[in-house]
Amino acid sequence: MIILLIYIAIFAGSFFAIRFGVRKFRQMNDFTSLKTVTFGDESAVRPDRWASVISVVTIFLLWGAFTGSKWVPVHAPGPFVGDAEFTYTLEAPNGDRDDATVFVRVFEVGEEMVKPEIEPGDGFAKNDASAVGAWRSDLILMDKNDEVTRDDGAKIVAIDGQPVSVGGTVPVSAGKVTVTSKGALNFTPSGGLQMEPIWLPPPESVVKRVGEIASEGYQNFTLWEHLYWSLFRVIVGFALGAAVGIPLGYAMGLSDWFRGWFDPIVEFMRPVPPLALIPLVIIWAGIGESGKIILLFLAALWIMTISARAGVSGVAISKVHAAYSLGASKWQLMRHVIVPNSLPEIFTGARVAMGVCWGTVVAAELVAAEKGAGMMIMVASRFQLTDIVIMGIILIGIIGYGIDILMRKAESWLVPWKGRV
Amino acid sequence: MSTLSIEHISMRFDLPNGGHVQALQDVSLELKTGELMSVLGPSGCGKTTLLNILAGFLAPTEGQITLNGHKVTGPDAERGMVFQQGALFEWMSVRDNVSFGPRMAGKREKEWRGTVDHLLDIVGLQDFKEKAVYELSGGMQQRVALARCLANDPDVILMDEPLGALDALTREKMQGLVLRLWKETGKTIILITHSVEEALLLGERLLVMAPRPGRIHKEYRLPFADDGVGKDLREVKKNPEFGVKREEILSMIWDMEEEIMGRTEEAEA
Repeated sequence: MIILLIYIAIFAGSFFAIRFGVRKFRQMNDFTSLKTVTFGDESAVRPDRWASVISVVTIFLLWGAFTGSKWVPVHAPGPFVGDAEFTYTLEAPNGDRDDATVFVRVFEVGEEMVKPEIEPGDGFAKNDASAVGAWRSDLILMDKNDEVTRDDGAKIVAIDGQPVSVGGTVPVSAGKVTVTSKGALNFTPSGGLQMEPIWLPPPESVVKRVGEIASEGYQNFTLWEHLYWSLFRVIVGFALGAAVGIPLGYAMGLSDWFRGWFDPIVEFMRPVPPLALIPLVIIWAGIGESGKIILLFLAALWIMTISARAGVSGVAISKVHAAYSLGASKWQLMRHVIVPNSLPEIFTGARVAMGVCWGTVVAAELVAAEKGAGMMIMVASRFQLTDIVIMGIILIGIIGYGIDILMRKAESWLVPWKGRV
Repeated sequence: MSTLSIEHISMRFDLPNGGHVQALQDVSLELKTGELMSVLGPSGCGKTTLLNILAGFLAPTEGQITLNGHKVTGPDAERGMVFQQGALFEWMSVRDNVSFGPRMAGKREKEWRGTVDHLLDIVGLQDFKEKAVYELSGGMQQRVALARCLANDPDVILMDEPLGALDALTREKMQGLVLRLWKETGKTIILITHSVEEALLLGERLLVMAPRPGRIHKEYRLPFADDGVGKDLREVKKNPEFGVKREEILSMIWDMEEEIMGRTEEAEA
């Protein structure tokens, strides 16, 4: 909640700072800047690069600030670490009361824990010592060293002077104390606003993991091998899907019989998400490479078939007529008119298919695999290695984005006439 | 002398709702080599259907078409076609578009290079031959389409409103170009148009068609096309006879349109 508020504040604050600060000094004088109607004119909406930069930086700042990152100068209040104490009041069955102090040492998880040394103190309730990790809690059996114990009928009546009964909670200087149902004390040090590394590790530990897994590997394979195998499956599966789907789509676009025969199959398979096929593919082909590649083949096949079919239907009839009138044979029409004319559609389909394949391979690896990006984050999550999970998600995102950029580059190189006819 | 003859062509097809359309009824005419005929008529008179049958894209239900004595059964390089929107191949350069016909016929570059360069000179696109066609203006694209058709050296050129999508100024220039190409190459040309003026300027013969069923209404023989070759076409339009013919044909087509409207209203009533 507080993170969302900070995020909105940065969003609004930087908007005004850029609009009335930076913009004052750098006036743009191109055509779009002279438009007076911009609200509703889509072409006048250009992404503000300042906003993009601030947006990305903000995410990393917030991530760092709420995880106690060493790379970020400002931090949200962290968990309490250090020594603290509170007193409890024990009431003996005869009505006598005595105070004792509990000394608590809160240490960072992973460091050596040393209980504070204490004096037992006077009275029938004796002082106690406890050591607890940050974000954890500790059950304190305070009456173990007391002269009158819970078994004798003694019970806690107050903490730090505030009356409390069984199940009640009292805030103390470094956290809170709860009286458990059995009458013992449970101390929870205050956690601050930062995230525990097990939920969200700071950016530097994710980066450290990248180096570590790149050189030493994880689950028998290095990072590059995991990513390579995922990519390899995508490329082989997509290539097979395209190799079958494009000719099938052409056949469906050119022949009544093919159209009639495959229409029901394609129309039925198209809305079935490839993820729904994972269990069946595992039953049929196991969890090895062939199963993955069959799945990706099926994911790419229908998309490529439909885009090739659409590419053929998209050929203007006048171009077909023109080619025939110029003496082209059917084969020449195919090669010189239909195939080039359907390339833009096929590229659009290929971009979609690559995206779907990349998503499907990760999902398939999450279910079962020996190697791969999805398998890496799945196994890491079982061991609560959140930094590997986050690293995996970021790398999967970067690769997916990279694939799309490459496909777009290939498209503008191979199909320069797209959208210009 | 080779001729294109259209013999009692009729075209009738069924509609999904059980009705039928008589697109053409008993159309007959004959064109000699080197004749330029323009075809006019209100929409629905079957002029595009006639052109598609001539090109071989559609089969007539009755009658036949013969060119140089043999029957037309499908599209062929002997009958070239120029479309309203050019129908150029965007993935090819101007030169590759123009040389498409010869290349499909399996000719080698040295065989067609001279013809293609000559045609590009005539249509004034020599400097643009390496450009992609989508970089050209509409008028230039249409000139590429003309050159592409001529490069194949067809016996007959069929033009389906080839200048319909151009602006008025470009259109006038292109009309001059069509006349010039006609005289220089001596091709038989059939040109469909919606513009009465264009039909008068370009048609050595002018065919007016009537709708429902599509049929020949009236045929003219006109002197303006011959007069116009190599001249400013605006001079031709000043000829008083030109004005008279224009008014006559305009009112003829106007009457047909009125009749269609009347019939539609009756049907609705």
